[in-house]
Amino acid sequence: MLLALPILLPLLTAIVLHLLPQRSRLLRVVAFTGALGALGAAASIFVTVQRNGIQVLQVGSWPAPFGITLVADLFSALMIVMVSVIGVAVTGSSFAGVDPRREALGYHPLIQVVLMGVAGAFLTGDIFNLYVWFEVMLIGSFVLMSLHRTRAQLHAAFTYVGLNLLASAFLLTAIGLLYGQAGTLNLADLARAWPERRTPGLDAALSMLFLTAFGIKAGLFPLFFWLPASYHTPPAAVGALLAGLLTKVGVYAMIRVFTLLFPDPNASVYGVLLVLSAVTMVVGLIGALAQRDFRRVLSFNLVGHIGFTTVGLALWTPAALGGSILYVLHHMLVISTLFLLSGLFLRQRRTTDLSALGGMYRTQPAIAFLALIPLFSLAGVPPLSGFVAKVAVIAPMLDTGRYLLAAVALCVSLLTVLSMARLWEESIWKPAPVPSSASVPQRHLVVPLVAPIVFLVGLTIAFTALAGPVSSVTMRAAEQLLDRDAYVRAVLGEEVPRAAR
Amino acid sequence: MELLLALVAGVLYATGLYLMLRRRLAQLIIGLSLLSNGSNILILSAAGVTRARPPLITEGVPLESFADPVPQSLILTAIVIGFGVLAFSLVLAHRVQQSAGSDDIDAIGPDSARVSSDTPDRP
Repeated sequence: MLLALPILLPLLTAIVLHLLPQRSRLLRVVAFTGALGALGAAASIFVTVQRNGIQVLQVGSWPAPFGITLVADLFSALMIVMVSVIGVAVTGSSFAGVDPRREALGYHPLIQVVLMGVAGAFLTGDIFNLYVWFEVMLIGSFVLMSLHRTRAQLHAAFTYVGLNLLASAFLLTAIGLLYGQAGTLNLADLARAWPERRTPGLDAALSMLFLTAFGIKAGLFPLFFWLPASYHTPPAAVGALLAGLLTKVGVYAMIRVFTLLFPDPNASVYGVLLVLSAVTMVVGLIGALAQRDFRRVLSFNLVGHIGFTTVGLALWTPAALGGSILYVLHHMLVISTLFLLSGLFLRQRRTTDLSALGGMYRTQPAIAFLALIPLFSLAGVPPLSGFVAKVAVIAPMLDTGRYLLAAVALCVSLLTVLSMARLWEESIWKPAPVPSSASVPQRHLVVPLVAPIVFLVGLTIAFTALAGPVSSVTMRAAEQLLDRDAYVRAVLGEEVPRAAR
Repeated sequence: MELLLALVAGVLYATGLYLMLRRRLAQLIIGLSLLSNGSNILILSAAGVTRARPPLITEGVPLESFADPVPQSLILTAIVIGFGVLAFSLVLAHRVQQSAGSDDIDAIGPDSARVSSDTPDRP
């Protein structure tokens, strides 16, 4: 039952939010309470998984390969905790005010729907169900993104919708072909039965289809163009939600499906993924350096750093995979913080264009210092969480003798430092371009806007301080991912695997 | 039958992708719906086509001679999702058409937008 809570609580909250009288104060409190409840559920799932190993829930008591299974291993549990942390921050930031028209059109329930979809995608143990959760999450995010009517926002929404639907069609195609060959949709059952029935040709085709579908969602190199074209237009809180969660669902699905279904580390798809990850890093960061808008710089950084999260899968060692998981966690936290921070600029300066920002260091030194932490954490400045995560990603590259890859990753890290230093300099450090009275901070609005940022920055610092325990947990999560038999046993019961591999 | 379905699925995928590469939003939406129909037919044919044998199991008859109900339920789910998504994208396209006066991708692109993309979210 516990496993269904991260899905049921947001659903329940969304329904209640629709039924309540539409008074914004009440809606915000209910949405925030729902998010807090989901955080509690996620934390207890994490503790249970940590203590007792992989948790399984057969929904409706249908036995494993026939019904839908919810599975939480350490990786899922970690992701669920991060989802609900970002949920708390995003719903919390709505206390600072939401566009009334947006609120009337269902801003709060939609956020809950997105949170539900993401949680479902992280928990499901059924590949078709994964597709359904993807759609739930996408529909929620489509509507959130297109609630506004300016032309640029509509254009961004259409780019986003079109490409994500294309990815869904690819995913559905891959699932259909997979079912035609394997005759089952349960991931554990697939992991057990599929290796016997595979043919090399279909295997390659399927892995490429999955790579394309998840690559579009994650924002890998040739498929990322929808992301910087759309993430800078919605309000900051929505941007934080989408940037923190949606691409990571693509990364999660990629890691989950590939570790279970394509367990041959020498398959050509991993070579492709390795090259794509490296190119993604480079292209994303070069793109970031060319941008002149705070949120567009962040969007390109988001793309570039996706490369760090997929490279561990391509290397296929426990250390590399663990490093990538650590990177995903760190990146979710920091990128959401930075998008929320852009909300502060929007509120005070009405823009996130870098040339119009500045002067914050003089007027609000405390916030300037607060901004310094996520910016430098993303850049990977020691001792912040980005440094820990980058070491965890790059060290396995050196251990496996991929020196060129490590060099690329290090150069990209340098570019990130450059990009982040530029953001800090332009948006905070430099004197304000126009010494206007309009930029005087509105104190009463600042507190609820800053509180979620403080919350996330606090977690970043905790992440840094607890780097040792956190990385040992991610390492165990990676070992669990590579131990397919344990996953199969947990889902299908203590049955002997059908064939010894 | 399988060959015919495979050809139909292939044609639907090809036309769908071709239409998605066009510049008009209406064509993009038609392309999307063709693509989703193509993948539905693909699911049906990949899982094996069984003629006139509904999945109502009677005793004493080998299980192999019945149609597999799972692909059909998958297709139903996919049709429902596809329908919702199609309805949403039609509304979105209509609004784009209203605000830009055209459904050509270039006419509504960010370069042609006179409205700033950074319109703040008012409290």
